[in-house]
Amino acid sequence: MNVIEASGLGRRYGSTWALRDCTVAIPAGHVAALVGPNGAGKTTLLNLAAGLAAPSAGNVTVLGGRPAGSPIALDGIAFVAQDTPMYKNLSARDMLHLTRNLNRRFDQQYAESRLGELGIPLKRKAGKLSGGQQAQLALTLALARRPRLLVLDEPMAMLDPVARHDFMASVMTAMAADGVSVVLSSHVLAELERVADYLILMSRGRVQLTGEVDDLLASHRLLTGPAAEADRYAERLSVVHARRGEAQAHLLVRATADEPVPPGWEAHPVGLEELALAYLREPAATALPGPARHRALRSETGRQTEVTK
Amino acid sequence: MDIDKGISDEPRRAAGVSPIDFRLDPASGVPTYLQLVHQVEHALRLGYLKPGDQLPKVRDVVAALAINPNTVLKAYKDLETKGLAAGRPGQGTFIEATLSQVALPELSGLRRSLFGWLADADTAGLDEDGVVALFTSVLRDFYKRRDGQADRGAASGETEGVA
Repeated sequence: MNVIEASGLGRRYGSTWALRDCTVAIPAGHVAALVGPNGAGKTTLLNLAAGLAAPSAGNVTVLGGRPAGSPIALDGIAFVAQDTPMYKNLSARDMLHLTRNLNRRFDQQYAESRLGELGIPLKRKAGKLSGGQQAQLALTLALARRPRLLVLDEPMAMLDPVARHDFMASVMTAMAADGVSVVLSSHVLAELERVADYLILMSRGRVQLTGEVDDLLASHRLLTGPAAEADRYAERLSVVHARRGEAQAHLLVRATADEPVPPGWEAHPVGLEELALAYLREPAATALPGPARHRALRSETGRQTEVTK
Repeated sequence: MDIDKGISDEPRRAAGVSPIDFRLDPASGVPTYLQLVHQVEHALRLGYLKPGDQLPKVRDVVAALAINPNTVLKAYKDLETKGLAAGRPGQGTFIEATLSQVALPELSGLRRSLFGWLADADTAGLDEDGVVALFTSVLRDFYKRRDGQADRGAASGETEGVA
C-alpha cells in the first residue's frame, strides 16, 4: 500500500508553480523524509496530501487510493503543521476536548496518559508551554486520532536538541507500537539520518530522487582519484556531482559496490547527507523512479561539474 | 554452558531487562543498524552477553535512541541470520550463540607480539595515526586475500568459526 501517491501533481499560486509534475509513490511502513531547500515544494506536497489545498493539476491519493481530503482519507491521516499551531489561550485539556469534538475518532485516555507521562499539565494554557511541550501536545493530539499515516511538516525546526530527540523518540515509538507510517519534511539532513528509511528529494517544485535509503546508498559511491583522469572517467560513469582540486577529484557516481573501480581510484560508500547534498547541488541530475529500476540513467544524469580550487 | 571470561560476578538483571544498552556514534559513518550489530558482537566477545540473554526490546531501543524501528529490526534480523540471536514470539530477541573466542593464554601471547610490533613501528618513526592507517590497510588486504572475493565492509561479523 502506498500512503501517498501522486501523479502529475501540481499546484500553482498565481503564476508560480509551487509544485510541478510531481509523480511519487510513498510506501507504507516507512519513515519517509521529504528533503529539499526552502521553496522546493515540500509543504505544498504535504498540504495537498493532507487535503488542505486542492491540486491545480494531476491528482493525489492517500492510504491506498483514498482521494486526498475526502472524509475516508481524513480519518486515517494526522497532520502536524509547521510550527505546531495551537490556540494559545486554550489549556491542554481544552485542546484535547476541542480535538475530540472535531474528529470522528479520538482516544481520550491515550492522550491524557501520554501527556501525564510527559509531565505536561492539563490545566496549563498551550501558549505557556515550552516549545518542546507544545510540539509534544500537537503530536499527542495527532496520535490520539489513531492515524495510519502521520504527516509532519518541519516538525523539529523550533526545538532545542533535547526536545528534538524526545519528539523523534515519541514518533518512532508510535511507529513501533502502532505501525503508523510517517512522512516528514525537513531541510535539516543530519536529523533525518537516523530516522528516515525512505527518501524523497525535492528541488524547485519537482521530485529529484526517490527510493529506500538503503537502496539509494547501495547504488551510489564516491570515487576519489587523480583530477587529470576525472574527465575521462566522467564520460563512462554516471556522475551525479563532481568536485575537483588541482590534483584530486571526488566523483559521486551511481554505481554499486561490485562495479569495478578504475585503477588508481578509491571507492567509498556515501552517507545520506552526502548523497542528498550531491543531488541538491545538481538540480538537473535526476534518478527516477528509483535505483531499483536501472534504465538509461547515463543520459538522464547530469554530467555537470563544479570546479573548486 | 561455561564461559571462560573473567566477568562473571555481575549481578543478574531482572527478567526482561537486557544486560546491554545501545549507543550511537553519528560521526562514525557506519550505518545505524550495523552499529547495533557490532555492539552486540562486541558485547559477546567481551562476555557482557551470554546465550539466553535478552537483547533490548525494539520499543525501548527506539525510545532511547530516537531511531527508526525498522533499523532495529534489521539489526536483529542480521544477528539472526548470523545465528547469534533468535526471536521468541511475544517475548523479544535472545542471544543464541557465543562468538568463537581465542582462549585467554593465546590472546595474551598475541597481545605481546602486537606490542613488539608497535615498538618497532614507533622506532621506525610511525605515529599513532600512521600505525592505525597501516594496520587497517594491512588488515583489509589480509582478509581480502584470505577470503578471495568476500564482501568487504560487513565482513567483520563473519568470524564465528566454531558453532
